[in-house]
Amino acid sequence: MSKISEKFARGEFVITSEVGPPKGTNIEPVLKEAEELRDCVDAFNVTDQQSSVMRLGSLVTCYLLKQRGLEPILQVTCRDRNRIALQSDLLSAAVLGIENVLCLTGDHVTLGDHPQAKPVFDLDSVQLLKVAKGLTEGRDMMGNELDGKPNFFLGAVVSPGYEPIELQLIKMEKKIEAGAQFFQTQAVYDVKVFERFMEKAGKFGVPIMLGIVLLKSPAMARYMNENVAGVTVPDELINELASVSREDRPKKSVEIAGRLIRQMKDMCQGVHIMPLGWDKYVPAVIEEAGL
Amino acid sequence: MLIVEPKPIEEVLSFLDGEAGVFIVACNGCPVGAEVGGEPKALEMKARIEDAGKRVTGLVAIEFLCNKALSGLHLARHISEIDEATCILVLSCGVGVQAIANTVDKPAYPAFNTLPMRGAPGVWQSTERCNQCGDCLLYLTGGLCPVTLCAKSLLNGACGGTNNGKCEVDPQLDCGWYLIYERLKRIGRLDILKRYVPPKDFQKYMPSAELRNSRLWALEKKGI
Repeated sequence: MSKISEKFARGEFVITSEVGPPKGTNIEPVLKEAEELRDCVDAFNVTDQQSSVMRLGSLVTCYLLKQRGLEPILQVTCRDRNRIALQSDLLSAAVLGIENVLCLTGDHVTLGDHPQAKPVFDLDSVQLLKVAKGLTEGRDMMGNELDGKPNFFLGAVVSPGYEPIELQLIKMEKKIEAGAQFFQTQAVYDVKVFERFMEKAGKFGVPIMLGIVLLKSPAMARYMNENVAGVTVPDELINELASVSREDRPKKSVEIAGRLIRQMKDMCQGVHIMPLGWDKYVPAVIEEAGL
Repeated sequence: MLIVEPKPIEEVLSFLDGEAGVFIVACNGCPVGAEVGGEPKALEMKARIEDAGKRVTGLVAIEFLCNKALSGLHLARHISEIDEATCILVLSCGVGVQAIANTVDKPAYPAFNTLPMRGAPGVWQSTERCNQCGDCLLYLTGGLCPVTLCAKSLLNGACGGTNNGKCEVDPQLDCGWYLIYERLKRIGRLDILKRYVPPKDFQKYMPSAELRNSRLWALEKKGI
């Protein structure tokens, strides 16, 4: 049984972090980073060719975490595989004991390091959720009966800072209808934005985890404002980060992330921390947040 | 020329379910060539949907719907009938349905599927694009095509990559789903966006043997 689903069911606050598989076969450093967070997070998202950059696979990385007694969340995007491969990979995940599956559309191939690739998108995220749910009920998407069925805890994503938010909320409801059992959000840095979002999304009755990306520098924050859809880092936070010396940035970043989580944690059921390489600061963020 | 085939009447009636009045627009261009369009077929369609208890507020046949200027002139003579309708049923290819959707502020529903010809264009140069997917979905989007307007051809709404209504692939491109949302919101029909759209049947992208052996296909190849 998925540990995070049990925790949600008990009404406990769930903390997840993120593991990005390496470009190559050098998996040990990634596993070591996850190992160091064993006692402070409940599960690890493993990204699926994040930003359309070709890397080691999510499925095998999830399996290696699982072998070490760490709880993985398999991210599955629709970008690289058609409906046959997606269903097959989901069955493979189940056989490897992976139960948490986060279903996403995926970035377009043109954003990554193989922009010439054929974009697949045979299914979209809503359809993928419905197909995954169908597998747990013992049938493939054509209705054929399975010999042995998987058990999944299905997740999806939503972007609280997206404009127009109604378009996100309509899709969020479709995802729930299709089978989503929990949500992780895009990074949020504005309490009011999250409040406005939770006023609507909180009514759907599905656990929602606040997304936080650790701010490494003012330049990174500005880059996200210009290039990452639905993410807005307010100027006050950028100035706050810029007010300290380069050496003190991690400390300030931890302080900001901790404070944001503290301010928003009572509105939601968990937090998803995306450290983007700053894994070693995750314990300090959790402490600062008072979790 | 684009080749079309009528959708099963049950499918047409399914998306007309809940519509109080229907105005019918028929294309007198390519569908006539395909022997499924024009005014006589529009009258047949009118009779069939009236048999099913629907009110038809009016009907017009227009030479080529992809010529929006001409379509606009024709439609202007039927304004009161169009006002009385809650939707437009369009007997044409996907380009024609989208052209009507961009001319009239009502949901435009396709009566036909546009069959794959591997790249045949509409007759008039037009901003609307039809991918000839063989299974027209324009009734689920208010008459804007997600297959051609969305870089990922998503069917159930925008991805998270939209930035201020622009596509993540190219900031000069509009997000198709943003356009669909704006349009449905403007005509007060966001309810349409809430319907689940199943995965596409890619078998329908292949021209069938029956079509490839037809007189129409031969005409198309000769460029007549």
